[in-house]
Amino acid sequence: MSWTFENYDRLLAALGEHIVMVASALALSLAIALPLGIWSARRPRIYAATITLTGILYTVPALALFALLIPVMGLGTGPAVVALVLYSLLILVRNVAAGLRAVPPEVIDAADGMGFAPARRLLRVELPLAMPVIVAGIRIALVMQISVATVAAYISAGGLGDIIFQGITQDFNEKIIAGAVLTSLLAVVADETLRLLERRLRPPAGLTDAG
Amino acid sequence: MLAETLRWPGEHQRVLLEATLRHLELSLAALSVAVVVALPLGIALTRAPGAAGFVTGIANVLRTIPSLALLVLMLPLLGTGYLPAMVALTVYGVPAILLNTYAGVRSVDADIVDAARGQGLSDRQIIRRIEIPLALPVMFAGIRTAAVQIVAAATLAAFVGGGGLGELITAGMGTLDFPELLVGALAVAALAAATELLFAGLERGIAGRRRAS
Repeated sequence: MSWTFENYDRLLAALGEHIVMVASALALSLAIALPLGIWSARRPRIYAATITLTGILYTVPALALFALLIPVMGLGTGPAVVALVLYSLLILVRNVAAGLRAVPPEVIDAADGMGFAPARRLLRVELPLAMPVIVAGIRIALVMQISVATVAAYISAGGLGDIIFQGITQDFNEKIIAGAVLTSLLAVVADETLRLLERRLRPPAGLTDAG
Repeated sequence: MLAETLRWPGEHQRVLLEATLRHLELSLAALSVAVVVALPLGIALTRAPGAAGFVTGIANVLRTIPSLALLVLMLPLLGTGYLPAMVALTVYGVPAILLNTYAGVRSVDADIVDAARGQGLSDRQIIRRIEIPLALPVMFAGIRTAAVQIVAAATLAAFVGGGGLGELITAGMGTLDFPELLVGALAVAALAAATELLFAGLERGIAGRRRAS
C-alpha cells in the first residue's frame, strides 16, 4: 500500500482529470440531447431517426470509437470528450423524450387553459414533471461515461485510466489496483448520488402517473 | 490511408480471421458461463427473500464497475492471458442476466402460480412449466444485454493479453499502423452490431412464439 499513500497527490490529480473530462462531456451531451429530446418527443419520425442514428453510435465499442476518431481528431482530451458525448446521446435523448411524453395530456390542457405560452408551459410544467425520468437517464449516461473515460487514457486523455495503463506497462500491481478501485468507487458514488436525487425528485405517489 | 485500409484485410487474412475467432470464442465462453451461473442463481433468489436483497445489491454495484477496471483487477489475481479475460468478462455479464431473471420470475402473476400449486404441481414443476416460460422474454432481454456488453468489453481483453480484435487496435497503435488500427476498430464495431442484431432477432422470435401459443 506504500505506493498509494506516497503518491496520493498523483491519484488525486488523475481523479480530478477524470472528473473534469466526464463533467465537460456530460454538460456538452445535455446541451445537445435536451433540445433534441424536446424537439423529437412529439415527432415520431424524427424521434425514430434520432434513436436509430444514436443507437448505431452506442453499439460501437469504446476502444473502437477512440481508434476511429484518431485519423479525424488525433489524440488527447478533445476526441475523448467527443466520444463520450456521442455515446451518451442515445440514453439522454430517449429519456428526455420518454419523460416529456409521460406528462398527462390533462396537465398540458390545464396549462394551456391557464394561458401558458408553449415555452413557459415547457419550462414550468412539462420539464419539471419529466425531471425524474431525465435524471434517471443522466445517471445511466454518467456511469457509462466514467467507465469509458477510463479507456480514454489510451488515447492520451489522462484521468484514472492513466494510472491503470502505467501499472500495466510497468507491471506494477499496486498501481493497477489503485487506479481500478478508484475508478470503480467514482462510478458507484456517482450512481448512488444520482439515484438519491432521482428518488427525491419523484413526486409523491398519487399526484401524477408520470414516470 | 483509405486505400491501404481497404487493402489491409486481404493482405492479412489470417491475422484478421484469428483475431475475430478469438474474440468470438472469448465472448461466447464468457456468456455461456455467465448464463450457467446467473440463471439458476436468479431463480434461486426468488425462493430466498432474505438473500435476494443482498445479492441483487451486489449485482447492482457490480454493474456500475467500469469494464476496464474489472479486466485489469484480474491481473494481480490471475496474471495475463485468456483466463483472466474470460473470468472478467463473465463477471461483467452476470449482473444483467441475474437481475433480469430475478425480476422476470418475480413478475409472474401470483394467481397463476397459486393455481398451479393448487393443482398439485411441485415447486420444481412450477419453475419449469410456469415461471420460466412466462419469464422467458425478460430473462432473454438480460442475456441480450450481457452478450452485447461482453462482445464490446472483449475489445479491452487486449490489455490483459487475452487476444481478440482489440489486439489489432493496440498493435496498430503501437506501431502507428493506421490501416491495422482502423480495420480492427471497424471489425469490432461490425461484430458488436451483428451481435445486437442477432439477439434482437432472437428476442423477437421468442416474443412471437409466445404470442402465437
